[in-house]
Amino acid sequence: MQEITLEIDGFKVTVEEGKTVLEAAKEAGIAIPTLCYHEELEPFGACRFCMVEITKGNRKRLVASCVYPAEEGLVVKTNTDRVKEIRRMILELLLPLAPAGPIRELARRYGLEKSRFKTEDIKPTHCTLCGMCVRYCNEVMKYDAVSFVGRGVSKAVALTPEARDLCVFCRKCYTICEAGRFPMLAEEYSV
Amino acid sequence: MMKKLATREDLEKLRKELQDRSKKIKRWVAVCSGPGCHVHGSGEVAKAFMEEVAAQGLEDSVRVRATGCHGFCEVGPVAVIFPERYCYVKLRVEDVPEIVGKTLKKGQVVEDFLFMDETTGKRILYDEEIPYYKFQQRLLLGQHLQIDPRDVGDYIAAGGYSALAKALFDLGPEGVLEEVKAANLRGRGGGGFPAGIKWETTRNAPGEPKYVIVNADEGDPGAYMDRGILEGNPHSVLEGLIIGAIAIGSTQGFVYVRQEYPIAVKNMQRAIDQARELGLLGENILGSDFSFDVKIHMGAGAFVSGESSALMTAIEGRVGEPRPKYIRTAVKGVWDKPSNLNNVETWANVPLIINNGADWYSGIGTDNSKGTKIFSLVGKVKNTGLVEVPMGVSLRKIIFDIGGGIRGGKKFKAVQTGGPSGGVIPDSLLDIPVDYDELNRVGSMMGSGGMIVMDEDTCMVDVARYYINFLSDESCGKCVPCREGLRQALRILENICAGKGKEGDIELLEELGSFMKDASLCALGQTAANPVLSTIKYFRGEYEAHILEKKCPAKVCKELISFFIDPDKCKACGLCFKACPVDAITGGKGLVHIIDQAKCIRCGSCFSVCPEKFSAVVKLSGEPVPEVTPGTKMKKKAKGEKKCKK
Repeated sequence: MQEITLEIDGFKVTVEEGKTVLEAAKEAGIAIPTLCYHEELEPFGACRFCMVEITKGNRKRLVASCVYPAEEGLVVKTNTDRVKEIRRMILELLLPLAPAGPIRELARRYGLEKSRFKTEDIKPTHCTLCGMCVRYCNEVMKYDAVSFVGRGVSKAVALTPEARDLCVFCRKCYTICEAGRFPMLAEEYSV
Repeated sequence: MMKKLATREDLEKLRKELQDRSKKIKRWVAVCSGPGCHVHGSGEVAKAFMEEVAAQGLEDSVRVRATGCHGFCEVGPVAVIFPERYCYVKLRVEDVPEIVGKTLKKGQVVEDFLFMDETTGKRILYDEEIPYYKFQQRLLLGQHLQIDPRDVGDYIAAGGYSALAKALFDLGPEGVLEEVKAANLRGRGGGGFPAGIKWETTRNAPGEPKYVIVNADEGDPGAYMDRGILEGNPHSVLEGLIIGAIAIGSTQGFVYVRQEYPIAVKNMQRAIDQARELGLLGENILGSDFSFDVKIHMGAGAFVSGESSALMTAIEGRVGEPRPKYIRTAVKGVWDKPSNLNNVETWANVPLIINNGADWYSGIGTDNSKGTKIFSLVGKVKNTGLVEVPMGVSLRKIIFDIGGGIRGGKKFKAVQTGGPSGGVIPDSLLDIPVDYDELNRVGSMMGSGGMIVMDEDTCMVDVARYYINFLSDESCGKCVPCREGLRQALRILENICAGKGKEGDIELLEELGSFMKDASLCALGQTAANPVLSTIKYFRGEYEAHILEKKCPAKVCKELISFFIDPDKCKACGLCFKACPVDAITGGKGLVHIIDQAKCIRCGSCFSVCPEKFSAVVKLSGEPVPEVTPGTKMKKKAKGEKKCKK
């Protein structure tokens, strides 16, 4: 396997080809915060919390580090002002959905007490649609007992109608949920 | 059953036969059966032509073709009679016998059915002299008039599949690629990426098989260019696709078409079957060693599936969601194999380029945008329809010279281009040349070619709200910036329209927009804020009026307007009284009618029924509704004014 050297926050990092920027950073002990990333699962690229700034040649770009492949000579900055702004905005947008729990805690750490966005008539499901429950069921267990339904702003997590036949009661969907709210969701949406 | 064409010579022989056969035809009529004319009843008109031609015994010398879209939807159903090119508009079934008897039989013109130029009051004989067509360059749409889309013979007689033969036997894969690159054909689906470079990427990417795909998931509100081509000339798209497959080294093609386009699906499927029967698809095409086939994949109605990676995921049979990976689909697309995706119009341009050469093609258009572009010109413009113009023509020319300006003597306000990902362009920028780079520069985009003209009665905040509402349903909902950004942007816009906007909302929308651009997963989210950002950029004052003065300057936003009956103008005719669905209007014989503002639901019924000559019902916004004492007598009629009947 070929090795690749890139620069993350000023440190030279050498990793195997095929690793993502997020994995490379992790190997170098540089923490990039994530919401939808899980080691056992394929990167999902949905929360955009792991965005970093990369420079390739003269071109600067913001990319999701969980899916962007490590490249030779790439310069990565994980904590620029714009990156911080983006993370704050993600949390601010998620707060109406998750007014308590881990998102709230994280928001506090980013100096965010209150969201400027409307909270009324938004159901605090605590679900950020990170998809860990869905993906674990699909990718690891190879069942599709939990799935996404709907599209756009109506997208939600649901137990599929055939879940009773598909589910092997591994309960991982309960424990993998960072908000710890999966049982509530399951009750609410089960058909 | 047609005979399989085993060689290039077979194709040319068939073409000669078809052309000879058509020499017996003295006159032919092209009855437009495009989407616009279709709803005006062109199906019945075409049928009437066929029956009448038979009834008058002209079958041997006259041919009736139900063709694809000619472009001028506003005056449909349209029929053009060849070889003269007499153009008849707004046809009805009962007009047909006269046309057949006079024009088709004897070559006489029936004046009444000709298009009348409103400005000169003169009738115009030929289609190409009608102002709507005169300023166009219909390289693609013009072909529709010669072809019955159900008949591969028509396509071949008109020169069809000669580009394929040229690509196979004269140019070869490298030659085709060079030609398309030199022509600088850019993707007509929105991005404007050079097609030749994309083809080369797929060609050089490791992995077999390679796929070529037609993106016919046209979904922008008000846009139907691709539908027009697929319905009107499916073989041109197919021929372009096969030529692309030669250049790329692909053996399998897909046509991804939305199921909401049943005629397009049917015509395309028929075209594929015919091409297969003739040996233009399948093993050893025209006796060469090149083999290629095509399958139609019907979309299930998701707008986001027009995004290239989402479309490919859908072809694989999964939910059409964009992929988060930073690997181009040209390298890893359908089933992770190199896949080249181009839109319908892009493919349809390919045979033209191969037949006429890159030099000819790149002679049309601007420095960096070559060829023609089809726009669907809709909205408050007089002449609606499909318009094909060379790149670089000004917006003013399209809207005023071709489109005939604004309906009902109203003032032009803005034109929305590029669909939900595009933006609005105001009056002051009407003279910019329409090409990829200029439209981007002013904050909109070419997109696939939607062009919605808006007049002074359009509220720009309401326009932004409309697009954001559309996108919040049509986003796939996967990534946080797009899903939650749209959810909140829509709420802010709804509040502003409802008079509940507050200071800081505009800035918050701008911040949200720039965040979505930087952080969203796919192009849909990255461009979703464009309608908001461009309306703020050019019409900030309108946003401010809504927020600060609680006023909708265009008098559109329901919560910010009131209907009021001007006591000096009301003739007590009682029309509004009868039309009001909530009995909010009081009045009586000879008494000024009064709207009870507490009861009024602002449906506008009174406004629409009040006769224009009175214009007593007016809309007010941002100002108090004047008090009128119940029982006020109607003003006596002025001298010479006719008495109004009840």
